[in-house]
Amino acid sequence: MAESIPHEVDPAHGDHHHEDQGFVSKYLLSTDHKIIAMQYMFTGMLMAVIGGFMSYVFRMQLAFPGESVPLWGIVTPANYNALITNHGTIMIFWVAMPVLIAAFGNYLIPLMVGADDMVFPKLNRLSYQIFLISALVLLSSYLVEGGGFGGAWTSYPPLSAKSQYNLTPAGASLWLLAVALEFVAFLLGGINFITTAMNSRAPGMKLYDIPMVIWMIVIASILFMVSVGPLIAGAIMLFFDQTIGTAFFDPNRGGDPILWQHLFWFFGHPEVYVVLLPAVGITAEIITVFARKKLFAYKTVLHTAVGTGVLSFTVWAHHQFIAGIDPRMAHIFTLTTLLISIPIAEMMFVYIATLYGGSIRLATPMLWALAFIGEFLIGGVTGIFLGASGADVYFHDTYFVLAHFHYTFYPIAIIGTFAGVSYWFPKMFGRMMNETLGKIHFWGSIISFNFIFIPLFVLGTAGQHRRIFDFQNFPALATPELQQLRILATMSLVVMLGFQFVWVYNFINSMFRGPKAGKNPWKANTLEWSADSPPPHGNWPELPTVYRPPYEYSHPDREEDYWPQHLPN
Amino acid sequence: MRPIATTRSASGMPTGLLAVWWVVASEIVIFGGLLASYLMYRLSHDSWSEQAANTNTAIGATNTFVLLTSSFLAVSAHAAAEKGDGKKAARYLWYTIGGAATFVAIKSYEWYTEISHGFTITSNTFWSFYYTAAGIHALHVIAGAFIMAIVAREAAKGLELHRVELIGIYWHFVDIVWIFLFPLLYIAK
Repeated sequence: MAESIPHEVDPAHGDHHHEDQGFVSKYLLSTDHKIIAMQYMFTGMLMAVIGGFMSYVFRMQLAFPGESVPLWGIVTPANYNALITNHGTIMIFWVAMPVLIAAFGNYLIPLMVGADDMVFPKLNRLSYQIFLISALVLLSSYLVEGGGFGGAWTSYPPLSAKSQYNLTPAGASLWLLAVALEFVAFLLGGINFITTAMNSRAPGMKLYDIPMVIWMIVIASILFMVSVGPLIAGAIMLFFDQTIGTAFFDPNRGGDPILWQHLFWFFGHPEVYVVLLPAVGITAEIITVFARKKLFAYKTVLHTAVGTGVLSFTVWAHHQFIAGIDPRMAHIFTLTTLLISIPIAEMMFVYIATLYGGSIRLATPMLWALAFIGEFLIGGVTGIFLGASGADVYFHDTYFVLAHFHYTFYPIAIIGTFAGVSYWFPKMFGRMMNETLGKIHFWGSIISFNFIFIPLFVLGTAGQHRRIFDFQNFPALATPELQQLRILATMSLVVMLGFQFVWVYNFINSMFRGPKAGKNPWKANTLEWSADSPPPHGNWPELPTVYRPPYEYSHPDREEDYWPQHLPN
Repeated sequence: MRPIATTRSASGMPTGLLAVWWVVASEIVIFGGLLASYLMYRLSHDSWSEQAANTNTAIGATNTFVLLTSSFLAVSAHAAAEKGDGKKAARYLWYTIGGAATFVAIKSYEWYTEISHGFTITSNTFWSFYYTAAGIHALHVIAGAFIMAIVAREAAKGLELHRVELIGIYWHFVDIVWIFLFPLLYIAK
């Protein structure tokens, strides 16, 4: 559909950014999509520090049971349960979601489709404010009587429904309330993302001219929207079970606890793809720029992502193979789960084909993008064992599962984020990050990451069960050999956390003292690189027009090896 | 101050309309999850029909009639807004809000009677679903009425007339949810 009003200039809009705004109205109450993206990003990173610290405390307990943990003290069983529960909850809902979807979505969608802002800026601000409240509600659960909720991030009833089991009457309800608020925030944000990408594209930008990362964020937002509804209904039911004594999930009074598992995983499994797809999209942007090649099979990647999204609604019960579901159902879910590895594998091959024959430059963003492909592959391949019900009966709830999903979520939430931030940092702050520090941080994080989770795979196959406070109570698991592996994993975690200080230093130092980046330091094609760095309010003095697809690198008809989307020729 | 982004329409559909449809889509799955859970339970608990026999079908039918009438009034408001008659549109919107108020009043009376007869949300899982599903629906009715009041005030001044259609779509959705709730909670005995 042709653009109705191209190159509009709203006079009230044009001089808006000359106003001298105070700190509060500029940074805290802004409706500018870039500021809101920063709010999401910094809140998410702060939550990552909290979630990372939690993992440090409980890993120390597992490596040195009963000993006082520096910066925490003695870890009690209740502490342990609350820490693992909130570590999982925070890392998924308050780190992966806000950074990968909300921060990158907010920052990139208007800039990459050539618009001046989101279509609903005030709704966007409201979305962040609700998100911030949800984070505060979650953290406040540590201050109430009984402490933070300790019923695991999946919150299965009856443990989560009855305070005589979980011993955290207030913590359990605050946890649920926080998660529900967070869903509201992302529903509002998601509607904004989808509508902006559908309606506000620059004149000339056809569907196949949209950069892959935008497609991925939009598909992820739709997946979230369609999958989260039943869990919202379930959360209300669980909340009533906790607070007013209904019996939706109480088998003694006519309820069914398995229903919660269905509602949770009907959301929970698509959720994996909700966070995966943006990371896959970020990787696509980076490998094309740093290999100076067109994305191999753009349409295949896009259709594959849609296919993955559809299939992701049919796999949820693979989390419930030992929950007493009908074995015939288990066969069906095994089949769908193994099927979904096909589109994901296809994306991996497409990326490798994109790299093939390119002039690859191993800058920091590229290292992260390549690491994403390599490490996620391990996560994907180990998933096959768990998707097959025959093997999963033995692996279920062991550290093999834990190591598997950390090999998916770490590449998604941590590697994907570092890839994206190091790539768009020059646009966000107008300055370059230090490459040497970036590479030190990269290798330090990647090597130590593998040394955390490979030992956990071994422990899982040795039969080590999840959510156990102290393995000394189990003679078969308390052997010195297995304890050595636990210590190795914990020490690697400490090393990995230590390397993050390099990144924090590099981030802050580069923000103020890095060399000026200019508009397009990576010589990339997509629209955001045609704006100033950092882009002003409204992004461009005159909004761009699009003339070609986003990945025209090393085009034979052109002298330069890139061809920005906004140039007429 | 509205960004240029909001005025664009690359999909061919106005931005507000597109967003309302996505809101409706996200709501469908919320009620869908709740009703699917209810149906699964209902199919495996024959005894629930005895409980359902205690719901008041006449009151439920009256409320169905009230909501359907209010939806018709919302359509009339839209028709007036299409002709540019903001005052008339606002008047019909206020009638629609009157329908919403009647619905909530009847619902309150109904719940009061049931609770005083001892059928509370904790009596049995059927009643838990009954109050939860109808309660979430009633919240949507109340929220919709508030938004409609805001739209009506603007429309009376001739402003933002396109919003009359948007709130109408939402209102029809709330209506359709009730069309599912009524047979499931009242008629199926």
